[in-house]
Amino acid sequence: MAGGGLTSLGAYAVTRRSPLAAAALVGGYLIYRGAAGYCPVSDTLGLPTLSAPSEPLQVERSVTINRSAADLYAFWRNLENLSRFMQHLEVVRVQGPTRSHWVASAPGGTVVEWDAEIVEERENELIAWCSLPGSQVDTAGSVRFHPATGGRGTVVTARLEYVLPAGRFGATVAKVFGKAPEQQMREVLRRFKSIIEAGEAPTTAGQPSCREEER
Amino acid sequence: MRALCWFGKEDVRVDTVPDPTILNPRDAIVKITTTAICGSDLHLYDGFIPTMEPGDILGHEFMGEVMEAGVGVKNLKPGDRVVVPFTISCGRCFFCERQLWSLCDNSNPNAWMPELLYGFSPAGLYGYSHMMGGYAGGQAQYARVPYADVGPIKVPSGLRDEQVLFLSDIFPTGYQAAESCGIQPGDTVAVWGCGPVGQLAIKSAFLLGAERVIAIDRVPERLHLAEREGRAETIDYSQPEADVVEQLKEMTGGRGPDACIDAVGLEAHGTTLDAYYDRAQASVAAQLRPLARAPAGDPGLPQGRGRLHPGGVRRVRGQVPARSGVQQGPDPPDGPDPCAALPAAAAGAD
Repeated sequence: MAGGGLTSLGAYAVTRRSPLAAAALVGGYLIYRGAAGYCPVSDTLGLPTLSAPSEPLQVERSVTINRSAADLYAFWRNLENLSRFMQHLEVVRVQGPTRSHWVASAPGGTVVEWDAEIVEERENELIAWCSLPGSQVDTAGSVRFHPATGGRGTVVTARLEYVLPAGRFGATVAKVFGKAPEQQMREVLRRFKSIIEAGEAPTTAGQPSCREEER
Repeated sequence: MRALCWFGKEDVRVDTVPDPTILNPRDAIVKITTTAICGSDLHLYDGFIPTMEPGDILGHEFMGEVMEAGVGVKNLKPGDRVVVPFTISCGRCFFCERQLWSLCDNSNPNAWMPELLYGFSPAGLYGYSHMMGGYAGGQAQYARVPYADVGPIKVPSGLRDEQVLFLSDIFPTGYQAAESCGIQPGDTVAVWGCGPVGQLAIKSAFLLGAERVIAIDRVPERLHLAEREGRAETIDYSQPEADVVEQLKEMTGGRGPDACIDAVGLEAHGTTLDAYYDRAQASVAAQLRPLARAPAGDPGLPQGRGRLHPGGVRRVRGQVPARSGVQQGPDPPDGPDPCAALPAAAAGAD
């Protein structure tokens, strides 16, 4: 724990100065793990799936939010809200009852776009989506909502899956970032929770200090 | 504006920085009229708190006048006088709804840092390291107050700043310590440390029904204040013949105090073996930030090390939910002047 803390705090100076850049970097990494033709979510849900060219990266995290499942479901089901708390996303455009177009920023300012389809939904319980065959990236996600004990809000479990690109690039990126996708997922859920509960995500970006770059 | 900025260990300076602005809908900007230096600011000054950055604005005990309120703040308007509790709280999460404001789930934008170091993140704090949110502090002419519809306490006209400023931190902190003791009529409470928190813990212990309070320190002025203003009996642990545990036992007919309050915390001084061990450890650790720790506790206080179990001691600790302390503390809005009895000499620095 202490060692992990030290290592992470070592990276702190970089991320603190440019949290958006850091988020984009990690988000971009997730996106670049895409390959073609596999829908990991279908696999999870026991739906028909295409053959996987390599092991998909799977990230799953839970958070408890002090609101009803119905409120959370409604917010998430409007996929255009996703870019408010998934900071690597530029925009998600809803194009139909289940179809959407996603635009993300990747490292180096590259923009990555793909179309996705909602493949499963149960009102106030579950939403699952998957990128369409032929997309630039191969990614899938799901979010589940279930009531916490004693009426203490709703447990939200989000899962994202990506397939690593083949070759040296994928391996290098995977090495550099290690467990960052899990941390990224924590931050996504934390931000979702803050926006839903407090109406805004906490920030200090733009506050005064006696540092040259902020004067 | 002018603000007190941290540049490194034992290096803080007043400098010119930009004025704060509204960044989120629930923000307000407060023009500071009075602020204090907290004992815990000394830990920043002495370099014990990790994730400080040169240029950070210090200060978490402040009050003033609302200059501007964000569109999400309906209960404050320009001109309102407010005391700002040092813990930043959203008011709507699980913990805030239970008035555990210092555990707010949503107010720390850098929550991942304490999560890595401690397992969980507490609420964000003003001017107290990036691990605690990196918020600019209030030892400045102006401050930005997030979730301003929750934290700030409106000050009724007729009360001077000096009468209410302590509601920002040290009064609720001392009060929580006493409240945590579960004081019963007839109880004797021992208070280690007679700085501002200790003085207010003494007062709070009496307010909550203690029959006797025994205060321990080594600074003559503080011991004198504890006796004069706090009506406490005192032990000067720096006296050559002092043996705090034995004296406490003797003063209580062999039974010992019913409750003990550690109002010292970090960077304690002491004369026991434990105290010297802590100090040695801290002086080494201080070179190895960010995991520095400082001596905690003080001579004779049963901090652990095998003493809690045989005594059946129940130990309670935690950051004060400052806003809650205010609401539940001896400070009814329509009651008597809440701070009239406070020791004026405790104002300002620890």
